[in-house]
Amino acid sequence: MPTRRRAVLILAVLAALAGLSIALALSVGSIAVPLADVLATLFGGGGGVAGDVVLNLRLPRALGGFACGALLALAGALLQVLLRNPLADPYVLGISGGAGVGAMLAILFGLTAAGVNGLAFVGALASMLLVFGLAHGEGGWTQTRLLLTGVIVAAGCGAVVALILSIAPEQKLHGMLFWLMGDLAQGGDPLLPMIALVAVLGVALPFARELNLLARGADTAQTLGVAVGRLRSGVYLTASLATAIVVTYAGSIGFIGLIVPHLVRLALGNDQRLLLPASALAGGSLLVVADTLARTVVAPQQLPVGVLTALIGVPVFLYLLARAPLARR
Amino acid sequence: MNATSSSPLLETQALTVSIAGRAICTGLDLGVGAGESLVILGRNGAGKSTLLTTLAGLRPPASGEILLGGESYAALGPRQAALRRGWLAQHRDDAFGATALETALTGRHPHLGRWHWESASDADIARRALAAVGLKGFEQRDVLTLSGGERQRLAVATLLAQSPQLYLLDEPIAHLDLNHQIALLELFAAAARAGDGTGPGVIMSLHDPGLALRFADRALLLYGDGRAELGPVAEMLTAERLSALYQHPLLAVEVDGRTSFIPR
Repeated sequence: MPTRRRAVLILAVLAALAGLSIALALSVGSIAVPLADVLATLFGGGGGVAGDVVLNLRLPRALGGFACGALLALAGALLQVLLRNPLADPYVLGISGGAGVGAMLAILFGLTAAGVNGLAFVGALASMLLVFGLAHGEGGWTQTRLLLTGVIVAAGCGAVVALILSIAPEQKLHGMLFWLMGDLAQGGDPLLPMIALVAVLGVALPFARELNLLARGADTAQTLGVAVGRLRSGVYLTASLATAIVVTYAGSIGFIGLIVPHLVRLALGNDQRLLLPASALAGGSLLVVADTLARTVVAPQQLPVGVLTALIGVPVFLYLLARAPLARR
Repeated sequence: MNATSSSPLLETQALTVSIAGRAICTGLDLGVGAGESLVILGRNGAGKSTLLTTLAGLRPPASGEILLGGESYAALGPRQAALRRGWLAQHRDDAFGATALETALTGRHPHLGRWHWESASDADIARRALAAVGLKGFEQRDVLTLSGGERQRLAVATLLAQSPQLYLLDEPIAHLDLNHQIALLELFAAAARAGDGTGPGVIMSLHDPGLALRFADRALLLYGDGRAELGPVAEMLTAERLSALYQHPLLAVEVDGRTSFIPR
């Protein structure tokens, strides 16, 4: 069990790393801007082309990416507790599937970016309500039932997406594939995901100790004083909305929601009071770094950021898993 | 606390519990006060666990009332209820690793405010609870590496750290060696005796009527068809009644002042 002081210390270090990752994202690119100039632009309002690039192109993308990464990691951590399953991730319950169907339809019919985002969000909400409604049937609410319903809805959505891909005209395929793999270039105003991030942290952190108990089993949590029914519904809605917002903003960026909570759990243990904020900071940083690489490694071409998150995350994860003490696995 | 000194720790009024359309008990009136211990006996599937989970407020009864210190679960809310009764589950399943100390500390949850972290005194309580069940030195062991019996005793330690007024124990001595069975039953008996009639109450299900006779004041026999009998152990736990309960002839044997029941 971490003490409160240790938790604050760890979070301060992670916050510093997050700041570094954003500074890196602002400085690196087709026009290299030295860190000193980045800081001068941010705090002094330095002008010129470099200032313009930093303020109007890189800053929104970095902030939006950070918020999305943090939200995905939070949603993953919450769903792993809710389903008591270390393999759960934000997409396991079909939310990205529903969003994918909406987005593919929008691209197929040639809607604008706003239309794509709108339909993706509608699709995400629809699958979320569908899964929640079906899993809530008679006989209550078991993890298995929720998981199965989600997986099946996700599979159904996957089939619809594949169907649309196969009938779509060739010139639209590239955009569809990038959407499906996750792409921060299409993102708009980063304000929405940032507000969502603050809201999710604000809703989840007061219940962190309750979540610790929920992870140990619903009945035991109930007899230890947790209002399990309300907590579960709240966790489901919070995690689903967070995921829906990210998927709408940046497509389905894989892997962060699964791997970041595990990385943090391996390194720091499974106390949600530390795990939730630490996952948010680590998830945001990882996505910002991955996105910076995605737009610079083979510039001027851009890689889908989801590929980069996996390429960075997998070796780090396997390394930590191999050397972690058993208590953390 | 005033309410609890006048009302029993747990009271049922005309309680009917059923599962899958089958009655487990009908119209049961039961009261358990401070320092009292009640044992529930019955064959597999007679409904011992179902009754205990109902008493713990985890599933609604078919009809009737369950009151903790005179108040219903709905009126108390989960947190206040957790200060009054603790429940030992029959099965344990850990999805994530955690140390034994962290696990025992979860028992302190109802005693802490929303933003409080476990204090040094909470950690002391958890350590003492671990020592009380013979798990001293296991503080940093991962629950996933414990044996079935050790995991069972850790669950009891968590319950001791919770320190409710009433313990609901679903087969507390399952998976335990003989020495630990007796140690555990004596632990709860000593706790109940402590404080001269203000100690916690205990309701537990057991499989050994000999141990029930030795460690409980009263017995509730569940026949599995809706019939239930309640009375002092000396009256309830006779060879004749138990033979009918288990539907197998039993022989009562007394050695050294302790009674044992042997299947014929």
